[in-house]
Amino acid sequence: MLSWPNFISQLFNGLALGALLALISSGLTVIYGTLGVLNLAHGAMFMMGGYGGFVTYQYTHSFALALVGGTLCVLVIGVVTEQVLIRHFYRRPPEDQLLVTFGLGIVFVELVRLGFGSLSLQVSPPEWASGITRMGFLIYPTYRLYVMGIIAVALAVLYLILYRTRIGMIVRAGIEDSGMVDMLGINVFRVFMLVFGIGAAAAGFAGIVDAPVLPLTPDMGDQILVETFVVVVIGGVGSFPGAILGGLIAGEILSITSMFNPSYSQVMLFVVMTLVLLLRPQGLLGQSSRT
Amino acid sequence: MSKTNVLDTAVVQRRDLMRGGLGIAGALATGAALSRPVFADEAPLGNYPAGTTGSSIFVGLCTPLTGTYAAAGVDERKGFELAMAHLNSGHELIRKISPLTKTGVLGKKVEFDVADSEAKPNVAVQAQSRFISEKKAIMIAGSVSSAVAVASNKLAQREHVIYLPLVSGSNDTTGKDCVRYGFRACHYAYTAAAAIAPELIKAFGKNKKVAYLTPDYTYGHSVTGSMQEFLKPAGWTTITDQVCPLGAPDYSSFLLNIANSGAEVLINVNFGNDAVGSIKQAKQFGILDKMALVMPYLSPFLSKEVGADLMQGVYGTTEFWWTLGDTNPMAKMFVDTFNAKYGYKPEWAAHVAYMQVGLWADAVEHAKTFYPGDVIASYESGRTIQTDLGPVKWRAADHQLIRPVVVTRGKKPSAMKTPDDYFDIVALVPGEGLMQAPDAFGCKLGSVT
Repeated sequence: MLSWPNFISQLFNGLALGALLALISSGLTVIYGTLGVLNLAHGAMFMMGGYGGFVTYQYTHSFALALVGGTLCVLVIGVVTEQVLIRHFYRRPPEDQLLVTFGLGIVFVELVRLGFGSLSLQVSPPEWASGITRMGFLIYPTYRLYVMGIIAVALAVLYLILYRTRIGMIVRAGIEDSGMVDMLGINVFRVFMLVFGIGAAAAGFAGIVDAPVLPLTPDMGDQILVETFVVVVIGGVGSFPGAILGGLIAGEILSITSMFNPSYSQVMLFVVMTLVLLLRPQGLLGQSSRT
Repeated sequence: MSKTNVLDTAVVQRRDLMRGGLGIAGALATGAALSRPVFADEAPLGNYPAGTTGSSIFVGLCTPLTGTYAAAGVDERKGFELAMAHLNSGHELIRKISPLTKTGVLGKKVEFDVADSEAKPNVAVQAQSRFISEKKAIMIAGSVSSAVAVASNKLAQREHVIYLPLVSGSNDTTGKDCVRYGFRACHYAYTAAAAIAPELIKAFGKNKKVAYLTPDYTYGHSVTGSMQEFLKPAGWTTITDQVCPLGAPDYSSFLLNIANSGAEVLINVNFGNDAVGSIKQAKQFGILDKMALVMPYLSPFLSKEVGADLMQGVYGTTEFWWTLGDTNPMAKMFVDTFNAKYGYKPEWAAHVAYMQVGLWADAVEHAKTFYPGDVIASYESGRTIQTDLGPVKWRAADHQLIRPVVVTRGKKPSAMKTPDDYFDIVALVPGEGLMQAPDAFGCKLGSVT
């Protein structure tokens, strides 16, 4: 399907796909950067955001409230999880952290399956965002356009929190040297709790934003988790701007490759990741010196 | 313990025993608990006789309870459970399929266990292997993915245990990957395409431009290939074939290619959640407003999940649809019994699971033994069996059931009489005329031993 109109469409679509990946990845990368925990339950957070939003929508019939409901739900789950479980693993070896978050992911997925069953659930796009928008030769679902806007705002908010607030400053300092932050008399653990909550909430928010596009199923986070890891590796582990850049690159790879050979689009994602790992192991915007 | 040791020894030595014609000696060593004497051709094979010496036998079901195909997998499990309950109680319905059945199979209670395959071949093979080695399963069953069916076929052949693929649409399952120990009862790519193509040409005319959305594994390529073959003579040409990974969350890039392709018909081969996601997203891209949608191999629960609005006018094929009960008392009995127990109308995964268990019981009862060689011979005898799809027969050459295919069309929401009334049955096409020659897909069944 090589044609200019299709190429432009795919380029644009890559941006939309990438924005979503960027948002989910930024949550993962901020948690890893600050806490040093690679959260394998991140896909489950994405999924629970979708279900939290679904339940809110059932009661309120308001998509805006569903966005808030889904995000808050995962924020709370994130904070509780950090308090009850994750904080006991900060000083444990990485493989313990991987195992506990992996197991946690399975527990979350199975709990949701127990409550909601295996049949997929549907969330309709809000009335004001349904239909198709024509931009010259480019035809695109209106809701996906809104998604791009919503995600841009969400990323901007995350950026402001991380780079323009005192909390953000502590978080970034914690990424660089948590020991020093501790010595300065700042309660690092409270910040960690908050970061885990915010990181999870970013995934949860993405989950409800994406719910009108995907079928809502307990396993919906599995594939997303894999793509998110690729994004984080490409962009640089622990780097917030890296997650955004990595997300956009991944989106474009998926979209553009599909034009030439659809069955290779996922493969290309991993090819690029491998290239990045070979040529710049710390990722495009990662710092190599951090310990 | 000593008996187990004797059995183990017997299994290890089975080839020597058979070669030397010493089967009777083997039988004497193991046969104390057997209900009837074991002859020379019934030397230990697979889990026979080890799995059949007690008052009960064990069968294993491995089906996706999680992942993309979970909805169909859960339905499949329920159909299987119902069949097991009916076998053990000697229910009237199972006895219609297997008239020799009294209770259980050959008078033995059937015990079973269910494992989650996640629709992944390696997971399924591990679980089935455990059923075979630890529980001495005399039969294993289950699949929603053809990749699982093909892998389990190979396991069954190696371990000499009967395997029943349940949902499997690839031509390969009874084609190039067929085995002596595997028996498929559902319709598949080739018969689905053969049944639906004339209806599509009747409905949409000749010379259409088609876009395919194909999941990237044996099932997807099989269905797309067969559809292309049957639509080509009417001048239907493939404009694009978008091959997408199994379990893809987002179809936007594939759908954009389709939207920009100028196709008039979209043939979507996806199954399970992939079908739900791709249809929903195709609607959002405006594709369903300018192209007719065809689902050549309808996924269970699809209409319930995407809604009648999107499914109206959509042609598809299915293994079973509950309104068959309107004209067929046996189908009605199945639908009512299932509905009474589980609270919804059975979808085709449940139906094929139930029917397969019935057909297996029938084969064993006619063989009068669990010895796999005799059970396979019973399957291959060409006997006509009554089912709620009408009379059916096993084809000995590739172990495919000769059975009708149900062609459906989605109803308008306003025409639905009940909330479950999603489809009109356009045709119930007899199986004989739909099937390829048994060796057309390279089936070589392999040996019993």
